[in-house]
Amino acid sequence: MQKIEKKKASPMEVMKKILGRQIFIPIAALLLLVLFNLIVDPSFFAVVMKTNSAGNPVLTGNLITILDNGSELAILAIGMTLVTAAAGGQDISVGAGIAISGSVMLRVLCGTNPKPEAIQAPIIVAFLVGCLAAMLCGAFNGALVAYFKIQPMVATLILYTAGRSIAAWVNHNQLPIVPPGSFSYFGGVIPGIPIPTPFFIAIGCMILIALVLKFTTLGLYTQSVGINESSSRLNGLNPILIKFLAFVILGICVAVAGLIKVSRFSTINYSVIAKDIEMDAILAVALGGNALSGGKFNIAASILGAYVIQFLTTTLYKFNVRSDALPAYKAVVVIVLVVASAPRVREYLNGLKKKMIQNPSRKEVG
Amino acid sequence: MKENIVLEMKNIHKGFPGVKALQGVEFTLREGEIHALMGENGAGKSTLIKVLTGVYEKDEGDIFLKGYDKAVSIRSPQDAQRVGISTVYQEITLCPNLSVAENMYIGRTAGMGQNWKKINADADKLLRSLDIPASATQQLASCSIAVQQMVAIARAVDMDCKVLILDEPTSSLDEQEVEKLFGLMRNLKEKGVGIIFVTHFLDQVYEVCDRITVLRDGKLVGAYDIKDLPRVQLVAKMLGKELDDMSDIKSEGAVYSGEDAGTAVLEAEGLVSDAGIKPFDFYINKGEVNGFTGLLGSGRSECVRAIFGADRVVGGKVKMHGKDVKISKPIQAMKHGIAYLPEDRKLDGIVGDLSVRDNIILALQTLKGFFRPISKAQAYKYADEYIKLLDVKTASADTPIKSLSGGNQQKVILARWLLTHPDYLILDEPTRGIDVGTKVDIQKLVLKLAGEGMSITFISSETDEMLRTCSRLVVMRDRKVVGELSGEQLTQNMIMNTIAGGNRDNAEN
Amino acid sequence: MSSEKAMSSGKKSGGIFRNMTDTNLLLTITIVIFFVMYIGAMIFQGGAFLKPQAFLNILNSQAALIITACGMSIVMITGGIDISVGGVVALVSMSCAVYLDFQGGNVFGALLIALGIGLAFGIIQGALVAYLDIQPFIVTLAGMFFARGMTTIVHTEPFNVTNEQFVALKNTRITIPGLGSMSKNGTYVDAYIEIGVVVALLTVAIFFCVLRWTKLGRRFYAVGGNSQSALMLGINVRRTKFYSHLICGLLAGIGGFIYFLHIGSGSPSHASGMEMNAIASSIIGGTMLTGGVGNIIGTLFGVLSLSTIQNIVSSAGLGEAWWTGITIAGMLCLFLVIQSVVMARKKKALKS
Repeated sequence: MQKIEKKKASPMEVMKKILGRQIFIPIAALLLLVLFNLIVDPSFFAVVMKTNSAGNPVLTGNLITILDNGSELAILAIGMTLVTAAAGGQDISVGAGIAISGSVMLRVLCGTNPKPEAIQAPIIVAFLVGCLAAMLCGAFNGALVAYFKIQPMVATLILYTAGRSIAAWVNHNQLPIVPPGSFSYFGGVIPGIPIPTPFFIAIGCMILIALVLKFTTLGLYTQSVGINESSSRLNGLNPILIKFLAFVILGICVAVAGLIKVSRFSTINYSVIAKDIEMDAILAVALGGNALSGGKFNIAASILGAYVIQFLTTTLYKFNVRSDALPAYKAVVVIVLVVASAPRVREYLNGLKKKMIQNPSRKEVG
Repeated sequence: MKENIVLEMKNIHKGFPGVKALQGVEFTLREGEIHALMGENGAGKSTLIKVLTGVYEKDEGDIFLKGYDKAVSIRSPQDAQRVGISTVYQEITLCPNLSVAENMYIGRTAGMGQNWKKINADADKLLRSLDIPASATQQLASCSIAVQQMVAIARAVDMDCKVLILDEPTSSLDEQEVEKLFGLMRNLKEKGVGIIFVTHFLDQVYEVCDRITVLRDGKLVGAYDIKDLPRVQLVAKMLGKELDDMSDIKSEGAVYSGEDAGTAVLEAEGLVSDAGIKPFDFYINKGEVNGFTGLLGSGRSECVRAIFGADRVVGGKVKMHGKDVKISKPIQAMKHGIAYLPEDRKLDGIVGDLSVRDNIILALQTLKGFFRPISKAQAYKYADEYIKLLDVKTASADTPIKSLSGGNQQKVILARWLLTHPDYLILDEPTRGIDVGTKVDIQKLVLKLAGEGMSITFISSETDEMLRTCSRLVVMRDRKVVGELSGEQLTQNMIMNTIAGGNRDNAEN
Repeated sequence: MSSEKAMSSGKKSGGIFRNMTDTNLLLTITIVIFFVMYIGAMIFQGGAFLKPQAFLNILNSQAALIITACGMSIVMITGGIDISVGGVVALVSMSCAVYLDFQGGNVFGALLIALGIGLAFGIIQGALVAYLDIQPFIVTLAGMFFARGMTTIVHTEPFNVTNEQFVALKNTRITIPGLGSMSKNGTYVDAYIEIGVVVALLTVAIFFCVLRWTKLGRRFYAVGGNSQSALMLGINVRRTKFYSHLICGLLAGIGGFIYFLHIGSGSPSHASGMEMNAIASSIIGGTMLTGGVGNIIGTLFGVLSLSTIQNIVSSAGLGEAWWTGITIAGMLCLFLVIQSVVMARKKKALKS
């Protein structure tokens, strides 16, 4: 008897293990989207080699678009996951941060002349200065959250309000245009390579964060602070410093995303650039199965979540949904997601499950 | 029911999965008396209170109240209030941003409107009649903690309560504030209210109470008139040791006999933190096991927290191995070889969602620093080693620590600190809330480690554990160090006497 | 001994703080700062600031913000936040515009649409926050994006409303005798306010009374101050939270209609950043983010301070658009710091 029961339980348990894995949620969402598109229109997945306007052979197709356009989001998801884990809240100023760092990069590249003949400084210098600006923004948020103990979303509200204005102020509201050249490679393609560069940058960031997590104790410290601050302090950690650090790392991610964004158009539109990206980044973290209240995190799942969102966006575009109506659909997804993961709803569902399991057994007894 | 009895609880049983919290407890409260409910942690005091106030439902037993013919059923805090049982908790459950009068009347009536003039006048009248130094329109936050406590009592009184439960109301008050509160309690007693007073402060019990009911291990020990129960006997009854139980338990472990035995590892002078303890002196020698004893709330934990830098240290000097050191943060203490197993395992000890492995290496990792992570293989090695050494019962090293039992969680935390190989290990209530087997394991381990030369401070609510392990005891009462016992003095009687303080001659009874 | 000494000295330094409620203390700071700012502007910049109409124009243009900020303050006092109000305002004005011009509706119907939209947002968001325990920020963030998305789904292009009935209402001006001034060519111009201002001031008055004297109002403070205690005091915390979001949604609907009445057009980019202005106004007006402290009068002065400083900045020659955002954020930051410093000092004064 017992043996039979054990055999019966094993596939259930395997199921449970798969379902219990955090990364299962974004994978399931991705599979669902793939399936949907396969049924509706299999040509969605077609990838063809074409020649672009500069005469370079490039791969095109919806899948390539997803990998290309999802890069910024994937990079932001890395930092946002860390901030969420450590501080138990989210940064809503990342879009504004991208505007600031992008604006600073353009200011360095173009100098005072909005339409220079050649770039005025090496790209690496521009990027480093932009990175510094974004890290400063992160430090400002981090200080408010960690030291002044203001809720993360409210603290980052300040930069959310001011960010785009600051970005405009950096270039005196002019729209500098970077002269054609290697700068456009970061958001486009490098001649000879048929895959868009942002994808490689995103991969680079992922490798970098993987190395950081392997060769430092960032992961352990962040989770520990996010789960139990008091206990972490008694184990010699400095929760304030770690929260601060998480925001600064997010700042670096913002700068990289900003570089890709401004490189795509070689210019900037202060009020439109990376608009609403904070919402998508938070959504990516949530889709990755990470608790928005902090604690344990899984960056791979968040990154996958980011690509799921891009997949959703591309799918919606294909059905002729206008870009400014997109938020309405995404908002519905968010609400469904948070309601499904709300503790009270889960409790209720668990109660229901128990009742359903208990009832038949009661009948047997009766 | 007798005329002057307001509350009678008969044969109360209450169980939780795996624990019998109350077993046939009886409790009687008379009109116009202040009745102390005493017992150490886990004795069942708070369970009894919660049954009475409807937070828990009892499994068995009856509650009788004056004015009701039959046993009353109390299923929620609202039920309790309706039949005239009011509770004032240790943490003030009022809204500091509202006015005093609002706090007294909000949430008690339905409807929209409110005649604030009348309410303010009523509140003022009541405050005056109870001698509470506050005005109705004052913001509650601008009152002292004691006055806030009194406002909570006034609210309870105004709801026509016959039974007033004060659950450790004095733990955050200073002496003058306590006096004021006692004045109010005596005032209410005159008015015929029956008061149940839960506290850990013996002095306060003897100052204000008429009768005492003692619980231990979920059972009734007895109810006594205050004049029939001297302090020493009260302590004995709470701890469950009769006075003639003189069996002297000596340390069984090997005694450390290295060259440096007897040299001080840590010396503290006038150490004081912002957690409300009086300045204290302390030292510990190489290979010595000593302990802080005293009832709960006497400041035992606060002392060791000050040594470890867990609370903000505001004064005093500390020497490690004879050299002056500055310890203001836990990490500094850890770097000097001090380890601290905190009292509240859930709040300060475990990092719930992390695996057993991560929990074990956490302290060592912070000591090693940010850029020198312990490799996964090494972490598994450490984890497996200590899981085996301490016999931790866990499915694997990857299991989240929160799914382990209390005793095993405690072993993991112990492993965490042993892994750092400290010179001085502080164990604050390591045996609380864990099974007997693990308790014995931990005590054996303490003696073994001391034999190997580690200095250990061991704190426990159970005196016999302390007697078995410690060679010297620092005794605390009301947040002060009141004595030190060692050698021949280490007996149950002596400890009880020192804890009880005051009327020492009772001990010779 | 030393503690006694500290006590007496603490009393001296914390004397003013001690006898004041948190709400009144922060309110006083706000009002004083507003008057200092406005009078300073009158003295140093003169010109427009000296005319009463300049002040009334602030009211005219900010009436909608005053109304939505009132709702925001109530949610914040209860310990929550609502960032969907800007989106709701945009959705309301677009829906009303489409209804009036394309569907041939009347003004009364438009008003009903406005109230309906506001109420719907209030009910759904309130239910999610209060009864499902979801963080208000996430819920209302989704609400904001939903409203913004819906606005463009209702209609994409901005357009001016030409409905006669509506235009007549929009141009209704209430003159205030005695405050007029001479125009450049020597004719006397009456000072005036728009209908929205009356609604706004009425809203302020009503909710000032509600918060000050009704039980519901005091429950908002109780829940925001300490929801655990509020529960122990017998307050239905969930229902109270629900009501706060309901009122906020409703006021966002009314605010949306007033905004529409002032601006007379529908556009997806309307009221962008209004939620942030409403939050900033509340904070500047002395509402604490942590809940339990705040005042509607303060919120009114918060809105006035905000637009006054914008006027000062622009008339000081810093006309570029970006200065607005930076100024608001700067003021927000300043008041956040003032709040934390004042509260920390107060706590210290009480402790010793």
